Amino acid sequence: MAVEIKEREHKDVETEQLATGCEAIAEAIRLADVDVMAAYPIRPYDGVMQAAAKLIANGKMDVEYIVADGEHSQFEIVKHACAVGSRVFVGSSGVGWFYAMEAIAVTAGLRLPVVAICGNRALDDPGAFGCEHNDALAVRDLGWLLCWAETAQESLDFALTAWRVGEDKRVSLPVAIGLDGAFLTHSQQIVKIPTQAAVDEFLPKFDLGDRLLHPDNPITIAPQVDQDWLMEIRMQNDQAMRKALDVITEAHADFKRLFGRGGENPFLDEYMTDDAEVVFIGQGTLSLPMKVAIRKLRKEGHKVGLVRLKWFRPFATADVVKSLSRFKAVGVIDRDYSFGSPYYGGVLYNEIRSALYSVDKRPTVVGFIAALGGREIEQPMAREMFDKLSAAADGGLASGDVCHWIGVRN
Amino acid sequence: MSDVVTTDPTSITIEIVYRGIFQKTLAQRICRSIVLAARKRGHTGTAFGRYGDSPERNGVPAKYFAVVAINDLELEASMAKYEPKVVDIAVAVDDTLVKGVESWAWYGRQPIWRPVHEGGAVLVTSEKTPEAVLAQTDVAERPYLLGVVPGLASFAGLWVFKDDHTDYRVLGALAKVAPDWVRIEDVKTLIQEQTKDGSAVASAQEGFDRTQLRPVKVGEGTSGHEVLQFEKPGWTTMRPGVIVDARKPGERNPYYKKYGARTLRPVVNFDTCIKCTMCWLDCPDECFEVTPEGHYEVVYEACIGCGICAQVCPVKDCIVMVDELKFEDNDDKWQLWKTDHDAYNRWFEEKSGVSADPKKVAVAPGRPQSAAPGANPTTAGGED
Repeated sequence: MAVEIKEREHKDVETEQLATGCEAIAEAIRLADVDVMAAYPIRPYDGVMQAAAKLIANGKMDVEYIVADGEHSQFEIVKHACAVGSRVFVGSSGVGWFYAMEAIAVTAGLRLPVVAICGNRALDDPGAFGCEHNDALAVRDLGWLLCWAETAQESLDFALTAWRVGEDKRVSLPVAIGLDGAFLTHSQQIVKIPTQAAVDEFLPKFDLGDRLLHPDNPITIAPQVDQDWLMEIRMQNDQAMRKALDVITEAHADFKRLFGRGGENPFLDEYMTDDAEVVFIGQGTLSLPMKVAIRKLRKEGHKVGLVRLKWFRPFATADVVKSLSRFKAVGVIDRDYSFGSPYYGGVLYNEIRSALYSVDKRPTVVGFIAALGGREIEQPMAREMFDKLSAAADGGLASGDVCHWIGVRN
Repeated sequence: MSDVVTTDPTSITIEIVYRGIFQKTLAQRICRSIVLAARKRGHTGTAFGRYGDSPERNGVPAKYFAVVAINDLELEASMAKYEPKVVDIAVAVDDTLVKGVESWAWYGRQPIWRPVHEGGAVLVTSEKTPEAVLAQTDVAERPYLLGVVPGLASFAGLWVFKDDHTDYRVLGALAKVAPDWVRIEDVKTLIQEQTKDGSAVASAQEGFDRTQLRPVKVGEGTSGHEVLQFEKPGWTTMRPGVIVDARKPGERNPYYKKYGARTLRPVVNFDTCIKCTMCWLDCPDECFEVTPEGHYEVVYEACIGCGICAQVCPVKDCIVMVDELKFEDNDDKWQLWKTDHDAYNRWFEEKSGVSADPKKVAVAPGRPQSAAPGANPTTAGGED
């Protein structure tokens, strides 16, 4: 059911802040009137817990703020709080995210709409806290919705959307928001803070209905089911995930009407693609250096563009196929890896290739593993990727099926 | 009807129905021996426990299977299904299992003969007569051969295997009803090799010789047992979020009945009860209800027969554990005690074998009868 939106102009009363992605998320926690959040420090996610604590200390936010004894407890706390009807927020990074993995997995199985951020961080060892996407990607098969923010503004916007979509009864699934460590979590940008009235219109109160765990509504959650029930339960989750595509589309339309942001398509943003012959596709903040590179390449007359995938789960197959099948070649930039995978590509590379398999006139797909561990995509790297992509476009399909590691010292 | 089972010419499937932990190792040993004995004549086979069972849970019915085939291809063909839905022979190594099999995490209660095809066999280890066993077995919907293998419910398989020859007697009985698949000479050769013990070989021969066969016709048996069958919901009809309705405080779940785990049941002498609350307090399954007089009555549908109540009861022979096969139903008898005190006490004495009169209790000579004195450490109360 779509939320009824009254036609009203809110933009004139919005305020502006210079805020990091983490601080923008904390503002979203305040605006969404979150009931319970659980915290445990790990860089770069801990920026959120600090920002939220500050809002509470300054009397600007009222939320049950529980510092857990570790990430596993952190995710268990919000899962249980959610089951008794609380709107919740949680988050972690890197191996902290993995330490919570058992709780993360069961949260999706129980259809509890926890909203979490994953401040993307390389997986230790070796010790490293720069950005890599493998931490958040670990939930891709578990029934979590998963999106990646590009800016601090989009961090706030995605968070509000996450509660709206995740808590929708047709979906009722947890949502993870990927925030690139450092580039987004620790960089301050101008963020428009919407008014409470506008957020209240966009985001209805959380209502679990007859699934609420309460003495007046005696239910048992998660009994042992074994083979007798499990396939039916998985099927329910599958249907909810499919439904999430529609619910995201609805939320995106309402968000645009209320806040005037969100781009043309809820699932992907296109940049200079109208006449493009080749495009790059990637997630998160790598769009920034790539847009700079594309503008330079355009000046030289190259017809190149960028597609930024916003939602990884659900994967908007139809939209992605419709977009990418227009081009001769697609360069997938993975800020992740999947050792030993088909063609030794990244996770996104193989998802894109799989999505394009049934297309009659499919583009050559070239993979790039780049910017791991928080390394930056520098302009010469973007140039190198473009050269390889152009060559593949000229060489046709046969020259695809390759992945290049970019910017690696020999 | 023949006194041997009819089987497919290429393979035979045998299931051993046992009680969790007590007979787990026993069931496994029987199934392994079936395969190894068949190997003596060049057949092949496999033995496996039902994965969905929880065979470590005390008393909970579980299954072990043996499949023997003439060659690997036929074995594969019969193994395409992991859990056999149809078997040639079902063996119950505890005679109280004939009241029905309700395994852990399985919805419903199956008659012991449920997976046995027409012309198959049900073997039961029991000291009772075939007629007495049949009287507690669900009414037959197709003919089968009932065999009673002499012996009590085995307690062989708790933490270490304490061989009481139940396995050899069962193998001998199998050789009797399925001679085409389990040959008595192969069984005896195998046991001799494994044990170097003539008495073990003799036990196999005893099982072969002394197993009493009783062909069962359609309609024979009891229709007195409760039917417990449930429809499993589909993905469109089940509640999302892995939620099932819970009971309100004080309510008992009509679907969750655990009495299938029971070998012995507690009967209570309300005359000697001192209302100390110990049984009510210590019962792990909250079986006891408080009566208006302050006594504690057993809700038999919830009782698994663990015997803890009898063990903690401070009054001698106030709670007595009694062979489950002595009872036809799960009805509570406290109402009878209230309305007809003497009738209740006669019933108590008949079932338990001890006097209901507290003055006579101290001098009562006999100990209570039980199906398997070794199968439960708490056969009578008051001594610990």
